[in-house]
Amino acid sequence: MITAGIDVGSLTSKAVIMKDGKILSSIILKSKPRPWESADLAINGVLEKTGLSMKDINCCVGTGYGRDKIPFIHQARSEIACHAKGARWLMPSARTVIDIGGQDCKVMKLDEKGEMVKFITNDKCASGTGRFLEVMAKAMGVELSELGELSARSKNPVTLASACTVWAQADVIQHLNEMIPIEDIAAGINNAMASRVATLVSSIGIEKEVCMTGGVAKNSGVVSSLEKTLGIRIKKIRRDDPQLAGAIGAANYAETLLNGGKI
Amino acid sequence: MITAGCDLGSLTAKAVILKDREIIAKEIMGVSARPEQSALTIMELVCGAAGINLENIDQLVATGYGRKHIPFVNSVESEIVCHARGAIYQAPGTRTVIDIGGQDAKAIKIDDKGEVIRYVYNDKCASGTGRFLEIIAEALDVPLEELGDLSQESTATLTISNQCVVFAETEIISLINEGREVPDIISALHRAFANRAASLARGIGVEEEVLMTGGVAKNQGMFSALAGALGIDLKAVSDPQINGALGAALIAEDNLTGKSKR
Repeated sequence: MITAGIDVGSLTSKAVIMKDGKILSSIILKSKPRPWESADLAINGVLEKTGLSMKDINCCVGTGYGRDKIPFIHQARSEIACHAKGARWLMPSARTVIDIGGQDCKVMKLDEKGEMVKFITNDKCASGTGRFLEVMAKAMGVELSELGELSARSKNPVTLASACTVWAQADVIQHLNEMIPIEDIAAGINNAMASRVATLVSSIGIEKEVCMTGGVAKNSGVVSSLEKTLGIRIKKIRRDDPQLAGAIGAANYAETLLNGGKI
Repeated sequence: MITAGCDLGSLTAKAVILKDREIIAKEIMGVSARPEQSALTIMELVCGAAGINLENIDQLVATGYGRKHIPFVNSVESEIVCHARGAIYQAPGTRTVIDIGGQDAKAIKIDDKGEVIRYVYNDKCASGTGRFLEIIAEALDVPLEELGDLSQESTATLTISNQCVVFAETEIISLINEGREVPDIISALHRAFANRAASLARGIGVEEEVLMTGGVAKNQGMFSALAGALGIDLKAVSDPQINGALGAALIAEDNLTGKSKR
């Protein structure tokens, strides 16, 4: 049984192909302005890696920001549902899932069966989302992926005056002008990001194990700062790329559909 | 008796000189990175306009973001108190002042003497402050001062759903890509911004008459959008941006005549 999951996000699109509950191949690419273009690119890219074609896929479920605009899927599922499901696949012991995406942040609580019992999300304010880091990396002239590494070398992290992306950006530019080491600014950015996310996490309550999904989970600086702020350990996902959680969850739902289950 | 007020804001510096409680000169300029230098320049400008020297000023009170960095003042006063004082002088019927500055927004409830009863303040989030319009003007590639006039040409009603400046900027870019007209986009932004300011003001209870001050009040589109959002007849003064500096100059006079309670 071959299923596919596709997650068209605001910044990146992800697709996975699964066979009998195992990942055959996956892809992460930058989203195009039109969701259906991103979906086409992602599915073709991931199929190419396996040598399969569209007709080999028994069922395909879509999720993410642009899910309603994907023509070839059998069903669309909410991001929250897919992320919870995907996180469960990536780490069965997870009870709290912190997912930081390109334009939002979600915190989900799961029970021992992996059912979602509670969630909270911020998509109103750019602070505490991937967008915050993107704006800061741009202001600093570094790659988004470099922020974690840079901050690990910091000795004196700066404190950003405000959580607001606009004010924090002005602050970062001022620190750059004052010739403050770039590592210390990067660490300040990651700390500001973590403290904003921590507020959201604390409001829902933390239960072990805690894991992180989404692209920001790959920024070690944000992860360790979040661990410090919350006073907990965040268990690192090793089974596959945490950024794929939504797509994996979608593929899992596709399997449930094929097995005659309702989703 | 000559008194002066200097309001050193995040984006602009304002100064007012009073002679026997009448305005004889007022100036506004953009600030530099050094507040001390900005203060000196604006005071030289306003003294020049009044035809006096700095030494002729009997009392100078400073206010605004950079007020603590000005070495040559007699005293400093909070922006809230200055705005309240300026408002009651400019429009005696005022009971609520909504001041939108470059990097903050305030709503102040005052009594008939211009004393502050309650106030609420946002400087944590750029949305609902002048910075919002600045970023939007940049994204639309139109001068900030032209936003008001352009919005008057709007013919279709659009809605901006994001409050966050960062997300709104993205929303605007997609509206442009969809072929929407710039005046319609600006008009929608003014309404979104006005709703934000109105909800801030409702936090302290809006009592008429309501006066809008600060640089943003000069934008006619914003002014009418705020009146619409509050559902009231909003009051305007001829120069809303100097209100804080004017209040500071009036407090300077109170200090000299012994009217001050402080």
